Order: sequence, then structure tokens, then C-alpha cells
Amino acid sequence: MSTPVLDLRQVAHRYPGSAQALFGVDLHVHVGERVALLGPNGAGKTTLVLHLNGILRAGSGSVHVSGLPVTDANLAEIRRRVGIVFQDPDDQLFMPTVRDDVAFGPANQGLRGDDLDARVEAALRAVDVLDLADRAPHHLSFGQRRRVAIATVLAMEPDVLVLDEPTSNLDPASRRELADILRRLPVTLLMVTHDLPYAAELCERSVILSQGVVVADGPTLPLLADTALLAEHRLELPWGFAIPTAGTRD
Amino acid sequence: MGSRPSLHLHVEGTGPLHVLAPQAKLVGLFVFALATVAVPTGNWPVLLGAVALGGLLVLLSGVGWRHVAPRLLIEMPFLVFALVLPFVATGPRVAVGPFELSEPGLLAAGTLAAKGTAAVLAATAFSVTTSARDLVVGLQRLRLPTTLVAILSFMVRYVSVVTDEFTRMRIARESRGFRARSLRSWPVLGRSLGTLFVRSYERGERVHLAMTSRGWSGGLPLLDESTVPLRHWVLAFLPAAVVLVAVTASRVMA
Repeated sequence: MSTPVLDLRQVAHRYPGSAQALFGVDLHVHVGERVALLGPNGAGKTTLVLHLNGILRAGSGSVHVSGLPVTDANLAEIRRRVGIVFQDPDDQLFMPTVRDDVAFGPANQGLRGDDLDARVEAALRAVDVLDLADRAPHHLSFGQRRRVAIATVLAMEPDVLVLDEPTSNLDPASRRELADILRRLPVTLLMVTHDLPYAAELCERSVILSQGVVVADGPTLPLLADTALLAEHRLELPWGFAIPTAGTRD
Repeated sequence: MGSRPSLHLHVEGTGPLHVLAPQAKLVGLFVFALATVAVPTGNWPVLLGAVALGGLLVLLSGVGWRHVAPRLLIEMPFLVFALVLPFVATGPRVAVGPFELSEPGLLAAGTLAAKGTAAVLAATAFSVTTSARDLVVGLQRLRLPTTLVAILSFMVRYVSVVTDEFTRMRIARESRGFRARSLRSWPVLGRSLGTLFVRSYERGERVHLAMTSRGWSGGLPLLDESTVPLRHWVLAFLPAAVVLVAVTASRVMA
């Protein structure tokens, strides 16, 4: 089997002076997969995400990205390979214009001039916001900002795109537009969410993280159909929502 | 949640001042202000000339007076000070209408008002034709320390985010029946400000996290690396040069 893009083995983490957040997490994500990381609040999802690009380091266990271990020496390359889109786009977009912001990552990688412009344009085009290039981030709608935030990470041409709660605060139309874009992006995707229908719509595989350990890992639909499992980990499908059973899904 | 256009000085445009490179404009403005300040007290032809030059720059900006006029109010404190000066200054007195005013005071007041107005007009012409991003570019190109440029650029980006947050807090306070009426409400306002500070600090930490995740390792990337034609510098220094030449000429002739 090919080298996994994300390869976490027995990752444990304790924040200094507080309780342990992760108790030995195993997770493997392969090229082209779209995986949803589900879990209730406080399950350790964000802590796990911050391990993927070396912001946090595992107290024990190991994290490899496309075969490269997360160490100080590899940090720059690791952060190019793992693109994290944070929950609040206002945290992600800090430059004066959209174009400058999308250029920030590739410029840190050393890209300049025409190469940089081309990279920025491709990233903006991928999320349908090329026309917003010269606008200031605070003049955009929330949905637009979320998409630009994704472009800022796509511009780094990551091996894996990690989205933290991509649907939070989005209205239904923006939510659907984002789904359309995510579905056609040709990247490996790890989506952290408790929006279960969104996971069902976009990710063929789901992982449930609860109290710092992986409690389930498998195809999304059967997993979400297991009401007992969901209830045990404080996850619920929205009212009136039913998982299409095998054969009925179009 | 959106923007408040009235907060923004900059107006989009393609006029001669809009297209001038920001770093040249910035230095030109600075030198113009210095040159105006250097005009000797009571040299009315040059002082009025400088004011006219400032007015001309505003005209050149192509931005309507309706937008510019409220921005000029920033000069008010200086004008008030100039107005008070003839009453409080010492020296020989002259009768102006019902008042006995100090002659050196009048001279100083007139000079102060003229210099201030010239500089404020020029600064307004600069700020309505230079976007916040261009200002950052200009300062970057002038090699201002990276940290200062970064702070300015973050301020430009986050001022509306923080004011929005403050507005939401105010609405939340008032929705629960709070009204700032007397000194007694100050502790509440103080705590709100404290909360705003903590929230902004935490946002700063999250922004830092997002920057680090995109390979930031100190310093902002240069936003614009194109070279500025000499013509821009010559044009930008023109107003200051005119004032300097006029001052020197009036000195020589006197």
C-alpha cells in the first residue's frame, strides 16, 4: 500500500498544567481520501489537528506526513504539506487584500513574481473567488471569507487539506456552495466537524474521536446509521434526517 | 457586520495622485509639511501660497469636497488654539473691533493657521488617494522596521473586526437593560473594555497560529517589488520644492 498522507501512531498529548487531551490516537489517511473527523465538543479534535502540522507535538507516539516525520528540522516542509483552514476566517485572513493573503503562504515558501501570481490565481479560481482578489477581507461576506480562507491554504499546494468546522456560521446556500467546491477539489481532505449530514455528503470515510481516542473508523453511512454508537459519543443526526440505506443512495 | 464606508478615508480613483507610487507620495508629503513649517512667521505670500498648493492637491485628488471637508475637521484643535493666541499672548496691542489683541499673537496665530491648513490639506489629499494597502506597501518600501509595518497592517485589517466586537458587546449590554448614565456605570464599561482586550489578545494568538501554519517565520512578505520610475519622485517632491523655492526667493529679494 502507498505511504499514507497522514500517519499518526499512538499520538498522546497533555497540555501543560491541565488534563490529558489525547490518549494514543491512530489515524491513517491515504492519497485522495476524504475523511471526516467527528466528535463532540472537547473530544480533542482541534488538539489532534494542531499535531498535524507540528504546532503541538505529541507527548508520545509519532506523526508522519507523506512519510516525513514531524520534527523541528522538517517543520517548513510539513507546513507546506498540511494545509489547515481554521474555523474563524477572520483569524486566517490577516493581510490587507485577498490577493496578498493568498500570496502569504507561497511567498513564505520562497515563490516570487509570475510564479507567485499564477499560484494565487489558480487558488482563487479553485474556490470561485478570483473576482474578489483586490478586495479587503473585511468587505467580504462570511461565506466568501470562508472560501478565501480555503484558497490561502490551497495556494500552498498541500498534500492534505484540513478543515476545522467548515460549515460553522454558514447560511444554507453558502454551505451548499462550499460543498460543491470541496467536492470538486482534487485534494486529500480531512474535515473536522460535528455537522454529520455534511460528513455524509462529502466524506466516504469517517473517524469518531471521543475523549481523546478513536472509537470508530469506517465508511461514513453505516457509521452514522449506528444510533447507539452516535449516542454514546454525544453525536446526533439533526431532527428529521435519515441516513439513506445501502442501495437507495443516488 | 459589514463595513462602514464613512470610516474610510480612501476613495478609489485613477487621478494623478492615485497612480503616484505610495512611497514617493509619503516622502513628498513629509517634505512638504517640513518645508511649510520652515516658512518664517508672517511671510504671507509664501504661507498663503502653501495653503493654495494644499488646496490644489485636494483638487487634483479628484475627490469631492463633500468627502474631504469633514476630514479637515481634524485641524480644529489647532485653529482653536490659533484663535486664543492673540488674546493671551504678550507684547504690543492693537485694537481689532472691540478687542485689544496682541500683535505678535496675531502674527503667530495667522502663521499657525496657515501652516496647519496647508499641511492638513496635503495630508488629506494623500489619505484620500492612498489605500490602506498602498500605505503598507509604501512604508515597506521605505524600509520602516518590519515590526512596525506589521503592526500597522494588522491594525488596518482588524480595526473593523474589533469595533464590530465592541458593538456586539454594547448591544448585548443594552439588551439586558444597561444604560451608561452616570459615573456608576463606568466599572461596567471598564470590564467590557477588559473583556474586549482579552478577546483581542486571544484573536492575536489565533492569527499567529494561522500565520505559523502557513510557514511564517518572521517578517511580512514584500507586497510589491516593482521599481518606481524617477518621474514619480520628481512629481511627489514638486509641492515641497515650490515652497522651498518661494521661501528662498522671498528671502533673497528682501
